Amino acid sequence: MSGTLIALAVIFTELSLIAFGGGNSVLPEMQRRVVEVQHWVTADEFSALFALAQAAPGPNMMIVPLIGWHVAGFSGLLVSSVAKFLPSSLIACFAVTLWDRFRDRPWRAVVQAGLVPVTAGLVAASAAVITVASVHSWLLAAITGVTGGLAAFTRAHPVALLGLGALVGLAFGGF
Amino acid sequence: MTTINMDGEAIERPGNGQLFSGFLGLGLMGFGGVLPMARRMMVDDRRWLTAEEFTDLLGLCQFLPGGNIINMSVAVGMKFQGWRGALASILGLIAAPTAIVICLGAIYDRYRQDPSVEHLFAGLAAAAAGLLVSLAWKVMKPLLNRPLALAIVVVLFVAIAVLRLPLLATMLVMAPISIFLSWRLSR
Repeated sequence: MSGTLIALAVIFTELSLIAFGGGNSVLPEMQRRVVEVQHWVTADEFSALFALAQAAPGPNMMIVPLIGWHVAGFSGLLVSSVAKFLPSSLIACFAVTLWDRFRDRPWRAVVQAGLVPVTAGLVAASAAVITVASVHSWLLAAITGVTGGLAAFTRAHPVALLGLGALVGLAFGGF
Repeated sequence: MTTINMDGEAIERPGNGQLFSGFLGLGLMGFGGVLPMARRMMVDDRRWLTAEEFTDLLGLCQFLPGGNIINMSVAVGMKFQGWRGALASILGLIAAPTAIVICLGAIYDRYRQDPSVEHLFAGLAAAAAGLLVSLAWKVMKPLLNRPLALAIVVVLFVAIAVLRLPLLATMLVMAPISIFLSWRLSR
């Protein structure tokens, strides 16, 4: 049990410190550690937990407490949340007090611009990893394709699209 | 406490309780994108920040590791009330979504054996994957006419999605290379 909590703490602390570009960029690494290394959940379950977290309101990293809770109950929830949110928050506290000094330095813009393609590659990897783990049939492939297209090219609300996907899965998944 | 800044706009200075309640409401409202809501809450409704201060803080939060809105809550709390304010803000932001997501998780665990529920969650997961695909498209679009940036994107994609290499090691190699290229191009 305590070994599980330590593993949760190590994994989410590491993810907290390298999540440049937000939570979605560390999704493949989270899946690799939680599914392939620790075998806490299957790839299917990971996708379902990710989808649940997307369906809930709030910041998009709500999959973190969910995994902690799923793996080790309430203590897992606490450990994973503190590990994921505390290190990056300490950096943010520290940075906001120094921000006036480095905001206008040329290196800041250079570093920020340099991280953009890195984040883009990681988000593309997230999309691929989650799609491969979630799509097992032509119906599910169609749901992913239509949802992706509507979200990219219309102003459709994300929660409406999630609801639509769930309803289509419910209505036609048995055929 | 209200002060008048140089532009004559009234700016409120929130206490810990107001920071908590402001971010609590934000955590409950924001579906699939809290940032536009965050701007409305902090700039238009509660007048904690001017539009310029908001954009400036957002620039900082995008620069740092972690989710933008999580960093934003910490930075705003820190700015007004020190570490206690930062704690009040982030707890307010994640309290309600955590409770809701755990309830959804309990429902999923309880009923997942039921074939209908299984199909419902399969459809939900496929739609969530679709949202990620659209997000990937949106972050890639500005890079399409920049071959070097696209090369970095492809290398990271192959390393993480295809080869499943550890992220930390990949970042330690690729982030400096990408920053170096950005520096060379900026000169």
